[in-house]
Amino acid sequence: MAVVALICLVSLFAPLLAPYAEAQVVGGSFEPWSATFWLGTDSIGRDMLSRMLYGGRNTLAVTLSATVLACILGCTLGLVTALAGGLTDLLTARLVDVIMALPQLILALLALTVFGTSTASLIAIIAVLDATRYYRIVRASAGNIVALDFIEAARLRGEGYVWIASSEVLPNIAGPLLAEVGARFSFIFLFVSSLSFLGLGIQPPLADWGGMARDSAALLAFGDITPLVPAGAIALLSISMNFIVDWLIDAQTGASS
Amino acid sequence: MQEFQRRNFHVSRHPVASLILRRIGLALVTLLAVSVVVFALVQALPSDAAEALLGQNATPQAVAHLRQELGLNEPVVARYFAWLARLLSGDLGRSLANGLPVSDLLRDRLANTLFLFLVSATASLPLALLLGLACATWRGSLFDRVCNIVAASLISSPQFLVAYLLIYLLSVSWGLFPSSADIRPGMATQDKFYVAFLPAVTLCVIVVAYMLRMTRAAILDVLGNDYIRMAILKGVKQRRVVVHHALPNAIAPIAIVVALLLAYLIVGVVIVETVFVYPGLGQLLVDAVGKRDIVVVQAVSMIFATAFITFNTLADIVSIICNPRLLYPRA
Repeated sequence: MAVVALICLVSLFAPLLAPYAEAQVVGGSFEPWSATFWLGTDSIGRDMLSRMLYGGRNTLAVTLSATVLACILGCTLGLVTALAGGLTDLLTARLVDVIMALPQLILALLALTVFGTSTASLIAIIAVLDATRYYRIVRASAGNIVALDFIEAARLRGEGYVWIASSEVLPNIAGPLLAEVGARFSFIFLFVSSLSFLGLGIQPPLADWGGMARDSAALLAFGDITPLVPAGAIALLSISMNFIVDWLIDAQTGASS
Repeated sequence: MQEFQRRNFHVSRHPVASLILRRIGLALVTLLAVSVVVFALVQALPSDAAEALLGQNATPQAVAHLRQELGLNEPVVARYFAWLARLLSGDLGRSLANGLPVSDLLRDRLANTLFLFLVSATASLPLALLLGLACATWRGSLFDRVCNIVAASLISSPQFLVAYLLIYLLSVSWGLFPSSADIRPGMATQDKFYVAFLPAVTLCVIVVAYMLRMTRAAILDVLGNDYIRMAILKGVKQRRVVVHHALPNAIAPIAIVVALLLAYLIVGVVIVETVFVYPGLGQLLVDAVGKRDIVVVQAVSMIFATAFITFNTLADIVSIICNPRLLYPRA
């Protein structure tokens, strides 16, 4: 919890904390750790510490937007198809089956080839792929709730679809959804970092931990642990996120049993 | 009614065979649907595919040539079937980046990736199952808890961190293995093992972390059943409980674990090959995405998708065959 909060705060105030600008070339290529450059410099002489601070900010921003977008998209789709039923429901379910039958990484790479590697398309692609998970959960739990009497009552009262979806169905499925959002956030964070590591995620000159780990990889061969710093930061954030999610799930099952 | 009885009779006589056939049919339909998605994504380009791929400075001749190459002058459905027919006959088209036939690009790399895949699979499979079994047997012990924490941390770490740590330890500090996998055609097999060692270990570590948890959960799930407690309470010897009662029911979940392991390996290959500059399919895929070489990307993703779906289908088939309840005709 503390780790996540710390990383979020540091990322939020990155421009104030960073000693140098994100893309500013301040020294020679691959300078070692020193008082001026706490973590040394990268391949073209940018300050590693500053890029670490900005990198966390960039990755978190992309992850957060993708998670929120995926959640909205998946929930809407799940609620609409659950209430609409019929052919729409069936076709959506089959399409989601096909998307989920494949590894997300392969589909994302395919889509990135077609739509290019801009930050907007990166967020959109991850959001669409991840929306399938929310869709499954929402569709499954909403399917049970839609059959209940109070939904029938609301329909007979003449309430609109939107009202039923937001006021009658959504509050009843919020619990499992919240834990899922946490788990997916952590997954997307890893996913974005991996894509950036492959050079296909967040694009330079924007800093990001995955890309930095790749950029400085050559240093490993000389026994320099600099590449482990961004890679370790990714692991640290992701592991702490997972602890929070586990704690959330425990709290929920504890409350319900 | 008659039809229903006939079908029911058919199902009850060969329940296993008909279930397996149905599962294979489902896999083929999924594969077909995947090919539609892979094909349709290219059509979903906001502007003309040829212009988008070549960029704004493309000459009209280049665009016309690429349109011809991609078959953009024909209707969509005809193009899809032409593309599918060529794919099935092994003609994967030509790379947009360097004009070489895709099948030539694939041949050596496919062999390299298969090698890495087989080495890591043979090493990680028994390890994952044994560790999972050990954790389930000594549930709650120090060993179990340590395994769980290590596995959970590994799962949450980026795969390249695992790779970097291994490089740092085994390659840089102790100088045992090379940090980049320079595989050339015609290399001796032991040399191949030597250079592929670190990528294979990385894949193993990642996959075992995933699978250990799933195996443990699957075995605990089976051991928690009432009939196991019944058998123990009845005084059946522990060996007999495990072999005759637990194992037949645990094979299905374990088969699913195995298939998932192989499926995870396919995805893991993409990142691990990039870290170690291993000349395989994953690296080819990443390069092609970077160059927006859509023909190569289509071909490689179809290969990965086919392998992925095949493993999942195999897991289901094994679990159908191993389900003891299906071996007896329904009353």
